[in-house]
Amino acid sequence: MNWDWGAVADFMPHFWDGLLVTLQALVLGSLISFALGLVWALLMRVPTRWVTWPVGIVTEFVRNTPLLVQLFFLYYVLPEWGLTFSALTTGVFAIGLHYSTYTMQVYRAGIEAVPVGQWEAATALNLPLRRTWTVVILPQAIRRVVPALGNYVIAMLKDTPMLMAITVLDMMGEARLFSQQTFRFTEPLTVIGVAFILISYLASVLLRTLERRLVR
Amino acid sequence: MTSGLWELVLRGVWVTIQLLFFSSLLAAAVSFVVGIARTHRLWIVRFLAGFYTEVFRGTSALVMIFWVFFVLPPAFGWQLVPMWAGTLALGLTYGAYGSEIVRGALTAVDPAQQEGGIALSFTPWQRMRLILLPQAVPEMIPPFSNLLIELLKGTALVSIMGMGDLAFSGNLVRLALQESAEIYTYLLLIYFVIAFLLTRMMRGLEKKLKAGVGKAPQKKVAAVRVPEGSGVR
Repeated sequence: MNWDWGAVADFMPHFWDGLLVTLQALVLGSLISFALGLVWALLMRVPTRWVTWPVGIVTEFVRNTPLLVQLFFLYYVLPEWGLTFSALTTGVFAIGLHYSTYTMQVYRAGIEAVPVGQWEAATALNLPLRRTWTVVILPQAIRRVVPALGNYVIAMLKDTPMLMAITVLDMMGEARLFSQQTFRFTEPLTVIGVAFILISYLASVLLRTLERRLVR
Repeated sequence: MTSGLWELVLRGVWVTIQLLFFSSLLAAAVSFVVGIARTHRLWIVRFLAGFYTEVFRGTSALVMIFWVFFVLPPAFGWQLVPMWAGTLALGLTYGAYGSEIVRGALTAVDPAQQEGGIALSFTPWQRMRLILLPQAVPEMIPPFSNLLIELLKGTALVSIMGMGDLAFSGNLVRLALQESAEIYTYLLLIYFVIAFLLTRMMRGLEKKLKAGVGKAPQKKVAAVRVPEGSGVR
């Protein structure tokens, strides 16, 4: 094993650029998945099968197929249909969509965990449906599911390297580019491997603190 | 699409299935060894197993694959056949997730069962083999089924390394036809069908194992991954 600290030093500027892109993709992807997941979860509660069946089938399909192929699909097929986005935008949307099918189940569990009494009280107070959701059910449901959503943020972090496959220069993309230019594979790959472990470990510690504060 | 291109896709399906089979075997072995080690009496064994889980769960599967393909060969002077390199990377990563499932199911067994084993002066290994595992394994099947689907989705990553799996052959077809909507739709459908078959298979297995301990299978399982920092609840 020949480890060269010089190569690490050369890689570091690229690493910071890549980290920035990775975090960008992570934050935007999380926001999309949180919002879209809530939409799916609410649609699944519409009392007609004309809505629940299509939504159920689509989300099941998205959840059970590889994110990588979905990325390729969006990256190569959307331009054929006349929609051209940057690689990063496509990637963020793909990650958000993929993980929204997971977060929808988290929201569903959260909504189902709200005690029936809360629904009955809302009915007794003659609250309209909209108010029931926005001021009674959702605030209680979302509070419960924050830690579970956090787990998916960590899972998403570990899927961002896939964006490399559609030419996004995230941490992985920068590492690959550097390796191809300098023929040094060991250093950049190890640096980003350690970076992933550190970030996800810190995030999980943060989550545990959050969990203690929110779920009592 | 011509029949030649379909043949290419079918060969890709075969590689994906082979990779899925081998890496799930390795992942299952790793999850049981590491998961059981995390319930060991000696703290050093528990610590090492926990360290393994944190490291392999903390890093990304794709980074792991790159590492096995590019860093291991110069470091140790030997190179793995792509199939085994892919199996190793996927098996070790998903094994770390699986070890949490095994640990969770083992700790969920009623403590009275464990105490009963001690009272009857079973050795630790006998307790594990005759009391804990037979009750814990059926409970592991639903989360393992979800993990297997994750592993199937993970196999697509090896295509980035140029291994001729389903996703890779899909890219070749796209280049040949200069047209992407059709082939990628087929690709997604094929993956979905494989995932569907796997879920059915696992549900059958669960039914069989639960019948063995006199329980009915769980009704509906949500595909929620093993929580990251907090263990299995």
